[in-house]
Amino acid sequence: MTAVIVLLVLGVVVVWVIVTYNSLIALKNSVFNAFKQIDVQLKRRHDLIPNLVNAVKGAMEFERETLEAVIQARNQAVQVQKETTPGSLGKLAQAEGVLTAALGRLMMVVERYPDLKATGNIAQLQEELTSTENKVAFARQLYNDEATRYNTKQLQFPTNLVAGLAKATPAELWEITEAAEREVPQVDLSSKPKA
Amino acid sequence: MNGEANLFVQQARNRRRSVVLVAAFLALFAWVGFGGDAAFYLGTTGPEEPGAYRHRIPIMGIAAVLLGAALAWRAYRTGARRVLWATGAREIVQASSLEERQLLNVVEEMAIASGLSRPRIWVVPDSDPNAFATGTNPAEAHIAVTEGLLSRLNRDELQAVVAHEMAHIRNLDVRLMTLLAALVGAIALISEGAHRLLRGGFRGGRSGGRGKGAGAAAVIALVVWLLTLLIAPLVSRLLALGVSRKREFLADATSAQFTRNPAALASALTRIHEAVEPTKSMREGTAHLCIADPLGRRVTNRQGLVADLLATHPPMPVRIARLKSMAYQRERARAAPAS
Repeated sequence: MTAVIVLLVLGVVVVWVIVTYNSLIALKNSVFNAFKQIDVQLKRRHDLIPNLVNAVKGAMEFERETLEAVIQARNQAVQVQKETTPGSLGKLAQAEGVLTAALGRLMMVVERYPDLKATGNIAQLQEELTSTENKVAFARQLYNDEATRYNTKQLQFPTNLVAGLAKATPAELWEITEAAEREVPQVDLSSKPKA
Repeated sequence: MNGEANLFVQQARNRRRSVVLVAAFLALFAWVGFGGDAAFYLGTTGPEEPGAYRHRIPIMGIAAVLLGAALAWRAYRTGARRVLWATGAREIVQASSLEERQLLNVVEEMAIASGLSRPRIWVVPDSDPNAFATGTNPAEAHIAVTEGLLSRLNRDELQAVVAHEMAHIRNLDVRLMTLLAALVGAIALISEGAHRLLRGGFRGGRSGGRGKGAGAAAVIALVVWLLTLLIAPLVSRLLALGVSRKREFLADATSAQFTRNPAALASALTRIHEAVEPTKSMREGTAHLCIADPLGRRVTNRQGLVADLLATHPPMPVRIARLKSMAYQRERARAAPAS
């Protein structure tokens, strides 16, 4: 009788360990996947910027500095992204923060050129840029949500007893490091396009 | 969080409430299916002579479950296609205008925010602002918006509405409501069938054969079961509507989670609410999939017992108030992160 009870308890424990281990692995993978999603969206953003700069270059001779700041920030971010691993998020976050700020300034400047705004091309580029910025932000949000879920789960009792087995370590959150990015100028890109 | 709850608390609350309602629904279906079997079982297990009929296998219950499963399977297979076809929606594959480009972008953004794959996108030629999601599988889902919605909402509002629809997809609401609708249909069929049997003099032939041991329990069970059959079609429909309303609140809260901008959905709902004309291209059967009741029924806009029971959607003012409360919570959290 005692043997049966011991076996039962042991069986329950084994099943629990398996289930918990698997849920930790699933979470870990979804954090990794969310991280890859940020990567994809950053790449899209980097690819879009040369188009944007070319489209406004002619009409904005006077704003050389702003344009160059964007190009430089973009090249820097591309460089950093190549070297980034999930462990070294901080540097990439910083480079992307600089790029976001430079883009914000550019879009604010574009607002000052009504001729430029009037061409449909720019409206379309603006929409693409808004969307790209949003996609980066939402990818980041998903990553942070998933990472928080993963971090909470692996630290909670009794899951933390299995965390070592699943090689679970807290994932780094994507934080806004640059003070400049915190104060991104509010550019009104959200208004309805006029058809 | 006294009274006013942030978006995660509201999600948990509505998820819990809809689970309770679904459990009640399934209990009702089980009683409709197996209650009669229970009565006959009690009625035929007295200390009778051997060889007498004993109702051991719950034939009626099994038949009810099979009927429900068949209806649900049919709805699963053809539901999405039928709904889209009925509304006359056209699919947007390649954007042909800035407006469509924006719609594609917004859906892609929300797919990223929800971590799901991008659904297929449709536009319904209707000037009333509305939107719906369909498809029982998150990997093959569809989102449709009306032309009226595209022309009336700004980018943030459109994003919030699309997020609401992505929330329905992620929360598997389409699957849940399709299943409930099929079971409502099954209950209606069973009730109708029982009515006809009763009218056809089924009662007289049967009662004589029952032994003395049938007892009061069997009679009571039978009477209660027959009474349930009378009211089951109505009760099951009301329960399904209750689930639908809870899932709407849940989708609103999930939309706020995706966009982190509950105020945008509040203002989108205000605009949709102001456009009073009914959405002609959507029929009663698809009402629970839309962001706002397409029939523009007055019950949806009122509060009170009758309105609470009969509407597919919660009253607009209540939805807007809850979203504003979420927005307020966010503002407060941002203003004072330490407390």
